Amino acid sequence: MLMILEPVMRVIEWPIKFLQDKLGLKNPAWIFLFPNLVLFGLFAFLPVILNFAYAVTGTDAILLSDRPFVGGSNFTALLDCENFADPNTCRDDLFWRAVWNTLRFVVLQVSLMVAFALITAIILNREIRARGFFRAVFFFPVLLSPVVVALIWKWILQREGILNAWLDGMGLETFNWLLDRSWAFGWSVFLSVWAHMGFYTLILLAGLQAIPRDVYEAAKMDRASPWRVFRRITLPLLMPTMLVVLVLATIKGVQTFEEVYAFTGGGPGSATTLIIQYVYETGFAGAPRLFGPAAAASLLLAAVLVVLTIIQLWINRKNVDG
Amino acid sequence: MAKVISFLTRTRGHGKPDWTDWVSYIYLGLGVLLMFLPVIWLGLSSFKTDAELARFPPRILPMEAETVVVPGYDEPLALFEITDGEYAGETLAQIRRIGLVAQMVRPDDPETRLKVNIQDRKPIESFSLATDNYVELFEKFNFLKFFMNSVFITATATIIMLVVNSMAAFALSKYQFKGRMVVLALVIGTLMIPQTVVLVPLFLITKELNMADSLWGVIIPGAATPTGVFLLRQYMLTIPDEILDAARMDKASEWKIFWRIIIPLSAPAIAVLAILAIMWRWNDFLWPLIVLSSTENFTLQLALNSFQGDLETQWSNLLAMTMLVLLPIACVFAFLQKYIATGIASTGGK
Amino acid sequence: MSTLKKALAVSVAAAGLTAGAGAVSAQEITYMCSSDGTECSTAREIFDRFEAENPGVTVKIDEVPYKAILESLPVQLAAGTGPDMAKVTDLGGLNKFYLDLSPYVDTAAWEENFGGTLDWYRASADDKGIYGLHSQLTITGAYINKTLFDQAGVAVPGADATWDDWAAASRMVAEKTGTDFPMAMDRSGHRIAGPAISYGAKLFDDNGDAILVDDGFTAYVQKFVDWHEDGTMARDVWAGQGGSSYQDAAQEFINGQLVYYYSGSWQVGRMDRDVGDLFDWVVVGSPCGAGGCTGMPGGAGIVGFSDTEHPELVAKAIDYLAQEENYAEMTAKTKNIPAHAAVAAKGVDYAGASAGAAAALNAWGAQVGKLEGPAFMYQGYKNNRAMFNITVQRVTQAIVGELSVEDAMMRAKEDLAQALAEAN
Repeated sequence: MLMILEPVMRVIEWPIKFLQDKLGLKNPAWIFLFPNLVLFGLFAFLPVILNFAYAVTGTDAILLSDRPFVGGSNFTALLDCENFADPNTCRDDLFWRAVWNTLRFVVLQVSLMVAFALITAIILNREIRARGFFRAVFFFPVLLSPVVVALIWKWILQREGILNAWLDGMGLETFNWLLDRSWAFGWSVFLSVWAHMGFYTLILLAGLQAIPRDVYEAAKMDRASPWRVFRRITLPLLMPTMLVVLVLATIKGVQTFEEVYAFTGGGPGSATTLIIQYVYETGFAGAPRLFGPAAAASLLLAAVLVVLTIIQLWINRKNVDG
Repeated sequence: MAKVISFLTRTRGHGKPDWTDWVSYIYLGLGVLLMFLPVIWLGLSSFKTDAELARFPPRILPMEAETVVVPGYDEPLALFEITDGEYAGETLAQIRRIGLVAQMVRPDDPETRLKVNIQDRKPIESFSLATDNYVELFEKFNFLKFFMNSVFITATATIIMLVVNSMAAFALSKYQFKGRMVVLALVIGTLMIPQTVVLVPLFLITKELNMADSLWGVIIPGAATPTGVFLLRQYMLTIPDEILDAARMDKASEWKIFWRIIIPLSAPAIAVLAILAIMWRWNDFLWPLIVLSSTENFTLQLALNSFQGDLETQWSNLLAMTMLVLLPIACVFAFLQKYIATGIASTGGK
Repeated sequence: MSTLKKALAVSVAAAGLTAGAGAVSAQEITYMCSSDGTECSTAREIFDRFEAENPGVTVKIDEVPYKAILESLPVQLAAGTGPDMAKVTDLGGLNKFYLDLSPYVDTAAWEENFGGTLDWYRASADDKGIYGLHSQLTITGAYINKTLFDQAGVAVPGADATWDDWAAASRMVAEKTGTDFPMAMDRSGHRIAGPAISYGAKLFDDNGDAILVDDGFTAYVQKFVDWHEDGTMARDVWAGQGGSSYQDAAQEFINGQLVYYYSGSWQVGRMDRDVGDLFDWVVVGSPCGAGGCTGMPGGAGIVGFSDTEHPELVAKAIDYLAQEENYAEMTAKTKNIPAHAAVAAKGVDYAGASAGAAAALNAWGAQVGKLEGPAFMYQGYKNNRAMFNITVQRVTQAIVGELSVEDAMMRAKEDLAQALAEAN
């Protein structure tokens, strides 16, 4: 592989060498940065700037030149609520439903997922046989694409799926899982936990394995109960990793879209419509396509994410110092 | 067997059996079932005919009705055992079913039509894999094309990303220059703002660069991942500067240093990033959904989604396609799972 | 040289274009097509002949799911990355992207044959352009599983039966035969519009401005929601989805799990092919209310887009499909109702259609006379797609209990005001 690329590299080397030798360029850092910065500029920074432009203009035109300036009206329309806790009193009830759904989703999904990931990591950290195999099993769903995950569970949960067949066989009432708002939401959380748990298990497992063995040995000498060992040694030493996991999972959770969209389409009604789906449907799937509200909503979301990240950095700093 | 027993009776080191061992193994056992069974069920289902898939309650193994060719009928007819009524005990072939009544014939007497209540018949079946589900994918849908699109996007995007990101990481880890902190801050800043919140302008830019509805429109915008730069930079920082200085003494150009020294030394981190990139790209859904519009450019993930709820949805084909989308990544995983695990654990990034 | 070719040559020459035999250099146009049965394969057959008659020309057919026509195509068109031509159902809404065919085709002949449907594609009343070939004239209405009625011993309600009569009959049949669902309706704002008009909905005020919601509309939505409550309507179709995405129930009907299916004439080809002789399916049109017994007219048409690099070729291809014999062939093979006056006058010979399909197509033809004014107005309205989407979104919320019917209708009004303000 590397041998094949050798001539290519020679060709690339030539202009850089020329700059170095003839012009005395001592520091080619910018040359190395250039391609990355071009891509960043075009596809990361520019979109953020343009997003502001979309958010303050109206109509369904996609070209900015065709869009009249409307000031902050997209934001005020989104934030126009008599009572923020009740989407029915808001001007854009769908947006607030999505916000509250996302909030509920993140709280449930993150807490359940981190709890299970922690239990699994602790068990995998014991002296057990076939650790590699079990670790692989729990990690496996992480590799599946969101659409595949959604299809697998849809297939199991459908009206005539295996789960209902099983209930039927046990003499219980079958149930139309994805037509009930609470159940559809519950299953979306479950599916999301199922699909991502292995990832966080691995991180926590690495954190556990980094805890020095002799600390545990000392605890054993003192005849400390397992629970006490966990409370007094494992948890405090695992805390930095736990926080990283918590914030990572939260940031990921807020952006959940794909698996839930392919699973329920956001239904029934808007029971599982999360914020990214709101942005997608408002801007890309509706008629007319309202890019303004979509961009405004995504900016509000970005603000939340920035705050979350800053909190993460700040917590980490506190941890490192303390 | 002895192995299994010793495995199951293993204890926590001091020969004393411990209840926590039992709990652990029960938990892990349940975990294996929960993680694997859904996928196995999907695999089994993907080999069932549509008729079998519509059965309730479903059966574990794919079965297919036995058929017989009856003179005078073009299609082979399904055989049924008659359990009750006028023809009890006979084996008849079914011509068609209308509501609650089935029209049947004796295979040796194709002229006389018999009417049988559908409750009184039991199909004669045997285990068989409906491989047609898979064959049809290549006939009915342009499966190969979708597969090639996915492979092309995954491979190209991964290579571009590795080259571009390692160059940037090299500059950010091994050079002192004005504005270094600014660039670093920008990288971390982009980490915070995911692609999902800038969909509208990102689409506009992609379109303005004439990349909408082309595979490049999926490849290029995703190539400069801040995660990759960050990961590689952290690793390159651990490479001692003395090696670089020695090379500079030998009049090596900076590019040669990067290519001949830094890249080989960073191989482990690059391998991890490569695996992550392959995984991300193969499973990418939202961005391709927005960029790609003509069917010939669809990736496997998009094809899967659009055949759901399409007018012609057939679960049999859909399940087979799901299996084929799942298999490549499962194979990659089987071979590289060790590296993936260590890579993810050491970087904590996804 | 065939007469057809002569005719083509004359019409092209009349438009001031050079059309020597084979003068067209290698050109390729893309046709984005979605299929309810055999639309795309039939178009393929006809375009194969077109390619044979025009050496160097290729028509590439890109068959996509209907959802892609609804959701991705408009984004592509806005971005300038669309195909050269497509089969669309949002007839007036996409007008700003259409290629005007009038410079390239015999406008008089088009006006004569497609007079009624040409308006649906136009931006306004004073627009005289020719944009679309109405390939599928459709009308909404219901199919029943007659075999289930017979087995249950329930009489099929007559032509003037109301929605309540049908609901009661379907419930009884489902109960007696152990069928899963009494009734189902496609998840679409277009589908629910006809029944609402039958219940007195006007959809537009006296000035012709869209209002969507009035007492009649609300009355029908209330009924519709109640039917979901008591299990008359299959919840899977409307309540199993989010947003305003389309969902049909054809598969359930074909599987015999559904007694009464409110969809439309475009399903005939599929029913004929997939139901076969599993059971007798019958077209029963639209039930009645105080405002009549109307369905919605509609359908799909083939349009060219102004962004195309080969406008004359696109026009030529569409015009080719519009030729009487080609149009007749297309209509017969796809089992649709013709929108072409001359073809309709001669009557279509639906070769290869079963007796059931032929009867069904005749039954649909008989329904056309029952259409009410607001239905035509709604179908021809430029922003009807926004109204359809709003209807689906808000009615679903009422069905799943997120909003009361009253609140849902109030929201629908506000949504419409916003959509009309933003659409340009």
